[in-house]
Formats: sequence, structure tokens, C-alpha cells
Amino acid sequence: MEKRKILSNSTKMTFLSILFGLIITAIILFIAGYNPLQVYYVIVKGVFSKPKYISYTIIKSTPLILTGLSVAFAFKTGLFNIGAEGQFIIGTIVASLLGYFLKLPYIIHPIVIILFASLAGGVWGAIAGYLKARFGINEVISTIMLNWIALYAHNAVINIPAFLARTNKAHPIRETASIVFMEGFKKSESGKEWLMDHPQIRDILKTPLNYGFIIAIIVAVIVWYVLNKTTLGFRLRAVGSNKFAAEYGGINVKKSIVTSMGISGCISGMAGALMILGVSKGITTLAATEGYGFDGIAVALIGSNSPIACIFSGLFFGTLKYGGSKIQSPPIGAPTEVINIMIGTIIFFIAIPRIIYLYRRFKTKKEVIE
Amino acid sequence: MDSLGFILGTTLMYSTPLIYTSLGGVISERSGVVNIGLEGMMTIGAFIGATVGYYSGIWWLALICAGLGAGVLGLLHAIASVTLGAEQVVSGIAINFLGPGAALFLCRKFFDGKSMTTSINLDKKIPKLFKGVFPEHSIWENIFTQEVTVYLAFLIVIVMWFVLYKTKLGLRVRAVGEHPKAADTLGINVHRIRYGAVILSGVLSGLGGASMSIGVASNFFPSLISGQGFIALAAMIFGKWKPQGALGACLIFGAAQAMVIFLGGQDIAVSNDILSMIPYVLTLVILMGFVGKSVAPAADGTPYLKE
Repeated sequence: MEKRKILSNSTKMTFLSILFGLIITAIILFIAGYNPLQVYYVIVKGVFSKPKYISYTIIKSTPLILTGLSVAFAFKTGLFNIGAEGQFIIGTIVASLLGYFLKLPYIIHPIVIILFASLAGGVWGAIAGYLKARFGINEVISTIMLNWIALYAHNAVINIPAFLARTNKAHPIRETASIVFMEGFKKSESGKEWLMDHPQIRDILKTPLNYGFIIAIIVAVIVWYVLNKTTLGFRLRAVGSNKFAAEYGGINVKKSIVTSMGISGCISGMAGALMILGVSKGITTLAATEGYGFDGIAVALIGSNSPIACIFSGLFFGTLKYGGSKIQSPPIGAPTEVINIMIGTIIFFIAIPRIIYLYRRFKTKKEVIE
Repeated sequence: MDSLGFILGTTLMYSTPLIYTSLGGVISERSGVVNIGLEGMMTIGAFIGATVGYYSGIWWLALICAGLGAGVLGLLHAIASVTLGAEQVVSGIAINFLGPGAALFLCRKFFDGKSMTTSINLDKKIPKLFKGVFPEHSIWENIFTQEVTVYLAFLIVIVMWFVLYKTKLGLRVRAVGEHPKAADTLGINVHRIRYGAVILSGVLSGLGGASMSIGVASNFFPSLISGQGFIALAAMIFGKWKPQGALGACLIFGAAQAMVIFLGGQDIAVSNDILSMIPYVLTLVILMGFVGKSVAPAADGTPYLKE
């Protein structure tokens, strides 16, 4: 009984956790000598006061939504994909390589790249799935190893002589591969003129606003559909909720594990590709992983592993990240890392749905005594 | 011979932070609490160690503070996962955001807006044992003249092994991790044991972080730990949730790192990136072939709640 009640309350719980997170972060900011209201005001203003800022927030959120979806998909099927990070990196490598070496016309070029980059990410994920299915290697350990391998592969690829543009930087993708919104128009003479007359739109188009966000939403809907409306989704979820029952029911558990990790990897790989095609345009040497995969875990958790909710939690995280980057400058000068503390606090409360239950029990006990 | 000494010495140096943290993982999970937050605990330990080390100049005080600071995160994880019956993986992930977040937040506070601490003087770093005992630049000096923390790490491995397998307390910890209900029936306080184990795991991770920031390096910066806590976690699984196993796995990772550094200094036509990849590939291969399934303690990850 108790368990069911908590589950149906999960949305309420998420909002409560966010509220707790905001309050506790405010207390921390206050103790550290900042005015929390001012900090929150700057974050909100920094995101919503100009169309350009909203555009940047969407750009920031896109990879988070996708890696969140990737982790959520794995969670739903009973797997913990810490490897979204590595699958993302593999996606960026493939996208960057194909974006430079492949010569294809507009529109077709990015489509081909996204397909292959997703596929590569999928293979990277499926490796972890296969290692679990065939050798019983815990996916947590294998994905951690695969993350590092991906990171070093990334740096090694940059140093291929034909690909190296200058120190630590690979050649950027060709113009044909870009998915930036109206990029050709922005650079054309008539486009420049038209934009001069429309400063609002020019402001938005100054940012690398791209089709990635739309793709991310479509992917979220597809993931929701696959999980909830198809036999494949049913099979994968069955393995996730009880692998022995699933096996007894005639489902090939080993195959399901590989498939799940493969699909999860595809989504992260796609996130990497969209990042290259839409924003960064090329890969540069990494000293450490960039954290998109780990942030994806947070996005999935805040979205209670629901694909549609991941869109919103991704946007939420993106808002905090972009808005949070603005509190560091004067007049506030608060460390932007406070955002990580906030996310951590929110997740901490999400981890303990029982808090509500304990509170209720405490309340009823008190009533009895009274 | 010189090369061998260099490789072995470097292996010990790089293994040490991992050994502490990995042992932290062992003790927590042996008592039945999954601790994926090792990374966050290690990061806060590294920061506190570097900061206290810089301001006080006393290395052992820095170590103690690092242990205590990370122990607080351990306490947080314990409250959530023992008393409140939290999803332990989720709580651990929260720790992984809180630890680095708090470390950088405080770092900017203490070092006017910078994301790295000021380096401490070489003579204020963790001192080396057996300095000047062996002839200079000899193989023995390369191997055995190491930071105090290196020796301490090995000592703790032995102590933990002894306590876990040879004492009543260790038996209790293992019982709580395998079958809390049975342990409870026998009068063992499950919650108290788990609290102790999880807090200790924080303390050990903090020592691991500090042995990195004021032993191997001489300050804290954002990418100092990045991922080492996860490697320690992997080493714990690799070592089958045993202190001696974790030690072995950490030594393998350390050795691989030492090989990369050694070969990087030689005239070899292989790129550093490819070399760096080898330990991780090797781990997967070893796991596939030799180790067999590693099975976690039976109650690992399940909260024990009396209603």
C-alpha cells in the first residue's frame, strides 16, 4: 500500500525535492555571505530577459535532454548506464570525422552523420551490454572503463595528421554538415541586410540555435512510444522489473540486455553528434570528461526516468547551468558551482521518498497522542 | 634496473589514493550500503587536504581534516541510506554532485575566485619515509622512499583484512551485509554497524583524495580527481569486494599509469593516448577471462528498515 502511494506521488515528490533544493541552497548562499534572492533573480533574469538568453538555454539543454533520455531508458530496463559519457564522446568523434572527411550535399550530410554517430554510440553501449550478458561483468565497471577508453580514443583521433588542424584541435566539420538554424541565410548578403532591420531575430540568430532541440523532443517521444507501446519495450521493461520472471515468460534476457544498452548508447551518441553539428563544430583535446553523461544521470533522476519528463528536467538543468554561469560576475560574484550543490541536494531528496511517509507517520502519531 | 625502480615507485605513488578510496568502498558495501559517491567524497577530501595543508603547513592536520570533511559526506549518505531507506545509488549520485560542487564553491571562497588552491611548499607536503636511508638514485630509493601515506595505505589494507575476517566485529559487518535480518535477530545493531561503515568509507575516501592533492600533486584543481573515485569503485568490484582484492586491482591501475609515464619518456612511436587506453582495455580483458563473476554481498543496496 505504502509503496504504491509513494509512486503515484512521484511528480509531487519531484517538485518538493526541487523546492527543498532551492531552500537549502539559499541557506548555503546566505551563510556564505550572498543574498540568495539576488542570486536567484540574476539566474532567472539571465535566462529569460532576452530572446538570445532563452536561445542559449535551449542550446545548453539539448545534450542534457538526450543523455538524460539515454540513462532513463537504461534505468527503465534495469540497467545503470554510467557510460553515457563515453557513448557521447564516441558520437562526437564519429560526427567530427564524417563532418570533415565526407563530402555530401546539404541536409543529407547531417542526416548521414547523425545516423552513423548514433550507431557508433550504440555499439559502444552494446559492448557493455554484451560484456554483462556474456561474461557477467557488472555494467557499472565496464562502462567506467569504456568512458576512459573513449576519452583517450578521442584525443588520439585528434592527433591523426590528416585530421589535426592545429595543436589540440581537429579540423571543423564542413558547412554542409551544419545543423545550425538558417546558417546559410545568416551569412548571405541579403540575409545580413534583412537581419539588420530585424534586431530581435538577429539577436536570436547570433546564437548557434539549431535543429538539435527539435530532434531531442522527437527522440523523447519515440523513446516513450517504444517503451510503452511496443512489444520490444514491454520485453525490455519486463527484464528490468524482474529478470527471472521475464526469462520464465520466454524472453531472451541476454539479448535484451545488449539491445537496451545499444539503444541507450545510440541516444547518447546522437547527443554527441548534435553537439558537434550544432554547437562546437569540431573536437578539441579533453583533459577530463565533460560531464554530459553524468549530468544525464541527474536529468533522468529528476525526470523520474520518464522520457517526456526528461525534456522538462533537461530544460530545468540547462536553465540552472546557463543562468548559474552568470552569478559569478559582479555585482554578486558567487561561485557558479553552487548549481552543482543545488542539483546534488535535489537528487538527495529524490533518493528518499520515504521522508514523506515518515512525516505522515509522525503526524498521525502526534494526532493520536493529542 | 633504474627503470624498474622508477616503474615500481611510480606504481606505488599512483596506486595509493585509489587504495584508500577503494577500501572505503569495500567497507561500505560489505556492510550492505552501495557507495557510488566515492568520487564526490574523494574530491572534497582532496580540496580540504590542500587547503588545510596550505594554511596550516601541517600535513597530518591536513590529512585528518580531509578525512573528517569527507566523513561528513559519508554521514549524509548514511542518514539517507540507513535511516531513511533511500535509493542508495541515487543518494550516491547526489554525493557526487555535492562533493565537487562544495569543493569548488569553497575553493573560490578561500582563494579569491580561483578554481584551484595555491600550491603548498614541497617541504610542507606529506613527508617521505626512509629519506636518505638508501643510496641516492638507487633502485631501493626509487621504490621505498615514499610518502607516509603510501605505507599507511598498506597498513590499513592489512588492518581491514584482519578486522573483517579475524574479529567478531568483522563478522558482524559481513553478517549485516549478507543477511541483515538474521544479524538483527542475533542482537546485532544493523543500523549502528552500517553507520560506522559508511562514515568510515567517507573518511578513507577523504584520505585518498588528500593523498592525491598533497602527496602526488601539491594543490587541488578541478580535474585532479575527475574519475579516480570511479576507478576506485571499479577496483573494488574488480577485487570482489575484498580489501586484498581491491589492493591488487588498485596496484594494476597504478602500474598501468606508471607504464604510461615511463613509456611516454622513452623514444617510442606510440602515442600517449593509445598507451593511456591500455589499462582500461586490460581491465575488461582480465574481467572477461580470469576473474569470473564478481558477486556483491547479498544485501548490498537494500535498506534494512524495521517498521
